[in-house]
Amino acid sequence: MTFFLIASLIKILAVFTVIMVGVALLTLAERRICAWMQDRLGPNRVGPQGLLQPAADGLKNIFKEETYPAQADKTLFVLAPAVSFIPALLTFAVIPFAAPLPTPWGQVSMVVADLPVGFLYILAISSLGVYGIVLAGWSSNNKYALLGGLRASAQMISYEIAMGMSTVAVLLLAGNVTLSQIIARQQDSLWFVLPLGLAFFIFIVAAFAETNRLPFDLPEAEGELIAGYHTEYSAMKFSMFYIAEYSNMVTASALMVTLFFGGWDIPFTNWDTTGPAEVLKTLATLAVFGFKTICFLFLYIWVRWTLPRFRYDQLMALGWKVMLPLALVYLTILATAIWILHTRLGWAYEARFAWALAGLNAGLAVVLFWFLDRGRLVSGSVETGSA
Amino acid sequence: MLQPYIPVLLLILFVAANAVMMIVVSHYAAPRRPTPLKDAPYESGMPPLGSARERFSVKFYLVAMLFIVFDIETVFLFPWGTIFFGDAGAGPGMGFLLVEMLVFMVILAVGYVYVWKRRALEWD
Amino acid sequence: MPPLTLTVFWALAGMAITGATLCITRRSPLASALWLVVTLFALAGLFVLLDAQFIGVLQVLVYAGAIMVLFLFVIMLLNLGRPGPSDLKGPVGGAVAALLAGTLLLQLGGVGSSGPPDVIRMPEGTVAALQREQGMVGAVARPLFDTYLIPFEITSILLLAAIVGAVVLAKRKL
Repeated sequence: MTFFLIASLIKILAVFTVIMVGVALLTLAERRICAWMQDRLGPNRVGPQGLLQPAADGLKNIFKEETYPAQADKTLFVLAPAVSFIPALLTFAVIPFAAPLPTPWGQVSMVVADLPVGFLYILAISSLGVYGIVLAGWSSNNKYALLGGLRASAQMISYEIAMGMSTVAVLLLAGNVTLSQIIARQQDSLWFVLPLGLAFFIFIVAAFAETNRLPFDLPEAEGELIAGYHTEYSAMKFSMFYIAEYSNMVTASALMVTLFFGGWDIPFTNWDTTGPAEVLKTLATLAVFGFKTICFLFLYIWVRWTLPRFRYDQLMALGWKVMLPLALVYLTILATAIWILHTRLGWAYEARFAWALAGLNAGLAVVLFWFLDRGRLVSGSVETGSA
Repeated sequence: MLQPYIPVLLLILFVAANAVMMIVVSHYAAPRRPTPLKDAPYESGMPPLGSARERFSVKFYLVAMLFIVFDIETVFLFPWGTIFFGDAGAGPGMGFLLVEMLVFMVILAVGYVYVWKRRALEWD
Repeated sequence: MPPLTLTVFWALAGMAITGATLCITRRSPLASALWLVVTLFALAGLFVLLDAQFIGVLQVLVYAGAIMVLFLFVIMLLNLGRPGPSDLKGPVGGAVAALLAGTLLLQLGGVGSSGPPDVIRMPEGTVAALQREQGMVGAVARPLFDTYLIPFEITSILLLAAIVGAVVLAKRKL
């Protein structure tokens, strides 16, 4: 028990530190990659290659003057950044990030808390993030902040359904909500991105919307709303919203890796999953997990500096008229397919089963994109004459 | 059995302490020289127009209401998804579960079509 | 019951009661709603302590994450954010409230001393065994889609009624 407590404390400190440092580096990476895409240099003066820029920004934010807008609701105004910050940093707790580590006192699982409720914990806690945004918008006594907060919350709840339903597809194959078992299931056969391709597509779109990133960054659309719900925030409180946004991105990326890309699984080898635990295995799987997560973080940044922003009606139409029915129809087809394969043809879940589902997904994807690309949603609602 | 929740509890306390610390430290470290102009609502440098306490569109209410309904549907899908293929044979059979959920979904789909036809999903 | 569980129980119970009390005594509707969220969160923790972990998570996901957001929207929609007049009603109201609260406390004390009835009491370790065997969610799922099939299907009709009701209320003009 004592060992469990000490190990837990160390893991908590390590994960918290890694997320905070990761977020800091991510802000730098965002600026550098943006600069690279726009053929500029980006911040490169503080430290080698600008590596100390986040530290300088952090220090500056602590010592900056804070403004409190007149007639703002002081209590809620101070509470809002904390309400945004706390859930954002709690959600990573259930994600396994490496193979178990052997120690002289016993094996330590590389996850802060392997809860029996698994990723439902992430969905539940991240649904609390809405409060920080609504409260920030409401307490600021600024109409742009209020509009931004409202938009953000309506957007987040609209895409939360699609996100929840795409995880049901994972449940159908994994049969368990705990992330460690979902990873184990993927190690046995294929990564779920193949048999559940469309679920991954729904999930990634919902994840972009949930984290309020472009092309769904309507809450802080600077052309219309100044800076959205955090318009009136300055110094450290603004920083906390920023940290919350970026750590939500980290968790969303890690969750995509875990649900659809095998988590810490090293592809094309069974070395990492079979045999006794070794320190080397832990390190190697940790590196693989980190690499996969960084790929998704890069995707986030890449998309941000490539795609334009949706209009708000397009955003809501996409959420309610495309993602929701798509998720429901997909679940029905998937469940029927599993039933046919398992009960009618008598297949057990193995590579053959997964490949059959992958084929089904490819077919569905073709139908879906043919349906979507009729110039209605993606290219705007204005009717252009067909050439 | 509740052992995995101990780290979660510790993490909640730790993160909350950090959040409080950030706010308090910056509150004491930062200078504070307010002026009426500084404290005015920021509207891109223009003098603030009207009040921020405006009433907003009823559509947000509708979205929240629809969200609750479909969220509850999702919540029913979680246990269903867990046992559908996870322990085939042990509980009710797969075919039975499939039909059960299809009935549930079709009834809700009626509601969805109604919402669509009443143009409640339009954001204009 | 190990002491840590007991400590956590009392902390959560205190949090729930404080939140509930403040929820009904705050004059600003927004503050009331937020204290209700605190109460719901504490209740979720209590569910987890009772080994109803799935219900605990759903409590946060549905009540704190969805229904209370609707409450906040309504409060903002009607612009009720400012503190209104107190709705505590004079000494007579206070006396009635105290009487009712006292009765409730007495009843709770009675229940507490006699313990739960045997019908709802499960042998030690039942939940743990179920969870090992079927997973946390599976243990809830099997009876839900088997024994309680009809209530589950009726729920969908209830949800359908809720959808229609929301649209009729919000889109009356169309």
